[in-house]
Amino acid sequence: MTFVAPPPAPARDPSDQTPSDHAQTDQPLTDRSGSDLTLSSDEVLRIRNDFPVLHQLVNGHPLAYLDSGATSQNPISVMEAEQEYYEQRNAAVHRGAHTLAFAATEVFEAARATVAAFVGAAENEIVWTSNATEGVNLVSYAFSNASLGLGGPAATRFRLGTGDEIVVTEMEHHSNLIPWQQLALRTGATLRFIPVRADGTLDMTAAGEILNPRTRLLAVTHASNVVGTINPIDDLVAMAHAVDALVFLDACQSAPHLALDLTALGVDFAVFSGHKMLGPTGIGVLYGKAELLAAMPPFLTGGSMITTVDMQGAEFLAPPQRFEAGTQRISQAIALASAVDYLSHTGMHRIRTREAELGRRLVEGVTAIPGVRLLGPGLGVERIGLAAVDVAGVHAHDVGQFLDEAGIAVRVGHHCAQPLHKKLGVTASTRASTYLYTTDDEVDRFLAVLAEVAPFFGVSR
Amino acid sequence: MTSSAMQQLYQQIILDHAKSANGAVAELAALDADAATAASAAGVRLAQSHQVNTTCGDEITVRVGLSGTGADARIDEFAWRGAGCSISMASASVLNDTVRGTTVAESEAMLDLFREMLRSRGTIEPDEEVLGDAAAFAGVSKYPARVKCAMLPWVAFEAALLQLAEPA
Ligand SMILES: Cc1ncc(COP(=O)(O)O)c(C=O)c1O
Repeated sequence: MTFVAPPPAPARDPSDQTPSDHAQTDQPLTDRSGSDLTLSSDEVLRIRNDFPVLHQLVNGHPLAYLDSGATSQNPISVMEAEQEYYEQRNAAVHRGAHTLAFAATEVFEAARATVAAFVGAAENEIVWTSNATEGVNLVSYAFSNASLGLGGPAATRFRLGTGDEIVVTEMEHHSNLIPWQQLALRTGATLRFIPVRADGTLDMTAAGEILNPRTRLLAVTHASNVVGTINPIDDLVAMAHAVDALVFLDACQSAPHLALDLTALGVDFAVFSGHKMLGPTGIGVLYGKAELLAAMPPFLTGGSMITTVDMQGAEFLAPPQRFEAGTQRISQAIALASAVDYLSHTGMHRIRTREAELGRRLVEGVTAIPGVRLLGPGLGVERIGLAAVDVAGVHAHDVGQFLDEAGIAVRVGHHCAQPLHKKLGVTASTRASTYLYTTDDEVDRFLAVLAEVAPFFGVSR
Repeated sequence: MTSSAMQQLYQQIILDHAKSANGAVAELAALDADAATAASAAGVRLAQSHQVNTTCGDEITVRVGLSGTGADARIDEFAWRGAGCSISMASASVLNDTVRGTTVAESEAMLDLFREMLRSRGTIEPDEEVLGDAAAFAGVSKYPARVKCAMLPWVAFEAALLQLAEPA
C-alpha cells in the first residue's frame, strides 16, 4: 500500500495552518493524546468543537443530533479540504498535461489510497460511486451485463439464469434489496432470503439451509440500521464460500462505526457511503476483490473508462477506472479522505467502544420506560450506537414531532427497511443513532422526553 | 416540558378524534364489480381511493357512496381504513363527521376551505362556525412537514369523488 503524496501546496503563511494541512501531513487534527480504550467525556466535548452544526438551538433547545445513522455531520477539516481543493487544485483528473490537472489527479488518487487503507483494501479495489446505493446497482447491473454475455468467458462467474439463486436477508435496507430483486427479474434467477428471528437477529440455522450449491450471491448487511446488531459476517462468508457463492457486504452502518478490514473479513464486494462517516454527500465506495473487478464487465460506460475506441466498439481500462465513467466526484473524494483521516486519528477501536457504551445507555434507558418496546435484542448483544423503538399507542411520526419540539433530532418511519418492520410487527419506529460527537447528556435528554410521549398522547395507564 | 407549541399542534380535539376514529372500518376490500353492482341496485354510486404518504408510510383508503345526481348528489356512504399518525387518523375521523350526509358541492367547498387553511402557514384564523372540528387543524399549518398528514384523507376523498364526477 503506497500513499501518493500530494504535491506541495503553494506557499502560504505558516501561521495559516488549517486542519486539512495537518491531515495531509498525517498529523493529528487535534490533540487526541492518551490511548484510552474509549473516548472520555472531555474528548467528546473537544470533538464537538470541530462540528459547527452541532452548536445551535432548535425550537429554543440545544440541538441533540441523534440521526447520524441517516447522515452524519462534517467536521471543519472536511469542509476545508473540499474548499482547499477548489481554491488550489481544481481540474479534470486523469487527462490533460497541465500542472493543475496533474495536481488534481494526485490528490484524487491519494484519497483513494487513504480510503483503501482505512478498510484494509488495495487501491485498485476501491471504486468511487455517488453513494452506497449506486454501488449495489453497479454490481447488480454488471451481473446483468455478464448474463447477457458481455465480459466474455472471464465473466462467467457473474452470469445468472434460471435455477440460480440470489440470497439476501430479511433485515436489508431497501438499497441492498431492490437492486437484487430487479436483478432476479432481469435474469430469471430466484431471490431467497435468510429470515430474521423474533429478537431481530439473523436465523443462522435457516441460513445454513438456504445457502446451497445453487446460491450464486449472498447480499447481507454488516450492521443493521434498525436493530443495531452486528451480523456474524465471518460465519456467513465461510458458509457462502463453501458453496462457491460470492458475498456482497453492505457496510453502510459499519464502516463509520468500527475498524473495518474487508480483506480479513473475506467478503467479495462491499459498499458504503461517505455522508454517514463525516464526509460530504455525493460520494460512496464500492470495494471489490481485485480479481473479481478485473473480470467484471462495466455498468456505466463512456468517457474516462476506455483505452481505445472505434466506431464499432471499445477496449476498457483496468479497474477501478473501468467502473468510473465520466468526470468523477473529485472534491467529494478528497473530502471523504479527510473524513477518514479524522476518524483514523480519533481511533476506530475507541469509536466502536464509545458507541457501544452509548448503545447500552440507550437500551437501558428505553427498556425502563413503560410502553416503549425496543426493536432488536436487549443488553448483552453488542450494538452500534443505535436503538429503534415503538411507543405503544403513539405513531412514530408523532413521537418524532414531540422530540423535535425539544430540539432532539431522530429518524421516524420504516428507515428503508419495510420488510424488517413488518416482521417485527410494526409499520414504523423511532430511531436514535449516535456518533463520536454524541454526549451522554444528549442520550439522557432523548430518554427523558421519550418518557413524556405516552402521557402527552394520553396512552399512559 | 410539554410545551404550549405541542398543545397547539395536538389539540385535545385532534387526540380525541385520533382515538374515536369516526367512520373507520376494520376491512375495506378493493371495490369489485359485485360491490358496485349491488350498490347501484340500491341507487348508490361507489368509488374508493387509496393514498400513501411516502415520507412516512401513512396509508388510507376512503370509500364514498353517492345517491342522487347533479347538484343534489349526496354523500350517503362514507368509510375509511388507515394506518398512520394521530394527525392523519384524526383528520380522517373529522372528514367523516364533516362530509357524511352533505351534498357534493358542500363537501367540495369544505375541502377548499380546509386546504386553504392548511396551506396558510398559520396565517388564516379558521371560522369554527363553518369548519367545526376541522378548525382544530389550524395549528398543523405551522408545520409544513405535517400538512401532508392532515391532507391525506381529504386527498383520498377528493380522488374518490373525481371518479364519480358526471360529464358536464
Ligand atoms: C444499512 C444501509 N444500507 C444502505 C444505505 C443507503 O445509503 P445511501 O442512501 O447513502 O446510498 C443506508 C443508508 O440509509 C443504510 O443504513
